[in-house]
Amino acid sequence: MTNETTHALAFTPEDLPKGENFLKPHRIVLILFAAGLIVAIGVLMRWDWLPRYLPRLGWGILVSMMMLFTTSILGFLLAVPLGLVQVTGPWYLKGLAKIFCTVIRGTPLLLQLWLLYYGLGSLFPQFPAIRHSFLWPYLREAWPYGVAALTISFAAYEGEVMRGAFAGVPAGELEAARAYGMSRWSMFRRIWLPRAVHRALPTLNGETVLQLKSTPLVATITVVDVYAVISKVRQETYLTYEPLLLLALIYLCLTGILVVAFRYFENRIPTRGA
Amino acid sequence: MQKEHEVAMAADSIINWSLLSLSAPGWGGVLLQGFLHSIQIAVGGYALGLLLGVGGAFGKLYGGPVTRDLLECYTTIVRAVPELVLILLLYYAGTDLLNQLLGAVGLGAVDISGLMAGIFVIGVVQGAYSTEVLRGAIKAVPAGQIEAARAYGMSPGKVLRRVTLPAMLPYAIPGLANLWLIATKDTALLAVVGFSELTLVTRQAAGATKAYLLFFCAAGALYLTLTLVSNIFIGALERHARRGFVEQR
Repeated sequence: MTNETTHALAFTPEDLPKGENFLKPHRIVLILFAAGLIVAIGVLMRWDWLPRYLPRLGWGILVSMMMLFTTSILGFLLAVPLGLVQVTGPWYLKGLAKIFCTVIRGTPLLLQLWLLYYGLGSLFPQFPAIRHSFLWPYLREAWPYGVAALTISFAAYEGEVMRGAFAGVPAGELEAARAYGMSRWSMFRRIWLPRAVHRALPTLNGETVLQLKSTPLVATITVVDVYAVISKVRQETYLTYEPLLLLALIYLCLTGILVVAFRYFENRIPTRGA
Repeated sequence: MQKEHEVAMAADSIINWSLLSLSAPGWGGVLLQGFLHSIQIAVGGYALGLLLGVGGAFGKLYGGPVTRDLLECYTTIVRAVPELVLILLLYYAGTDLLNQLLGAVGLGAVDISGLMAGIFVIGVVQGAYSTEVLRGAIKAVPAGQIEAARAYGMSPGKVLRRVTLPAMLPYAIPGLANLWLIATKDTALLAVVGFSELTLVTRQAAGATKAYLLFFCAAGALYLTLTLVSNIFIGALERHARRGFVEQR
């Protein structure tokens, strides 16, 4: 289970369609065909429910994006120490980090989510100390468990990536930093971390797209994200395909936007030739 | 007094191992049955995905422009839309289409088994990923080897069987192994459409006994075992496929 391969699976900027390639004869025919299909879907299927649910859908998308960004950022903050101790840490920290990554990467996210929500959620109320603490109003809600599960999962996958990235920074650069008399902390802050993040950036972006695709799982623990809104639509209108097709379209757009944004930022970071 | 009782109950529910026993009052047998279903779906879906992947990779590399574009759409959409959404769409659309088809032919509607639907759904999702993995692996095979095979007058099928497939395996195995691990974990998503695989039966068992932590940890241990055992085999397979390769670094 190498990290390069997980990255290869993720949706990357190279997968985006390029504008100048659309004007080939067979593509024009295919595009016309696709347009016809979309018109047919628009005309033949029922979309009268859409205006009523638009505000809720907007909120749902917002919740999904919030989930994505908070868990990615928190997960990354956790991943840095996880990767670092696996490269330089003492053996017990190394072992702990390794076990953490293996266990999280070896079990389905849905199971982890349900373990936290149903397992811990049923355990917490039994301890009065927790029930009377200031955290209790939050622990009674579903979203902290969703955030926790997604963060842990992201940290475990990203921790492996960061391990590789930290290990891959050329030793000469670190030696040079030490020769300049940098302390361990400034060496880490100025050389090791930036170089490692730079190396890991394409993989990080791929993992963030994968994280976006994991967010709908939180709907199974009653967090009202865009997936949950669509489920609600399906229950109330008894429609099967229309809401799901819209949902697929929404996620397609979100992934596209995310990938374009990443490409923009990646191009802005100066890279000296290899 | 009430609270103490509750805490005692909580402690009891964490370590009540008899709940995991294989016979009737325990849920161990149900869990193992669900685990078996999960493995069946993972194996079936993975195999179907590999078939689709081989076809897709060759279509993308050697097919005509229309085939290529259609395959590009397939892999792009599957990789950009969450598995959960795809599984719901394919599950309903697949069973619906099949029943309508059978209705049109004149056969009555059939009740499609959850197992078949699950294999179909996981297979279609896996197919997109294996297309990409195999395409990359085939491209890594030195073109001269394939040209040499053609120059010997081998038919395309023979080139595939004798040269392309064996030569690309070392490049494909890490990606394919990763896909297998993803397949085993993706089966958990079928819990959402109500197929009684390991994650769903675990939730049912936990809900019935209120021993949530015990059952979810037990299921986690089963999944982890599957991953670790798979990793052992993958390691051996990788060493076998890479024999004769110069080690890098």
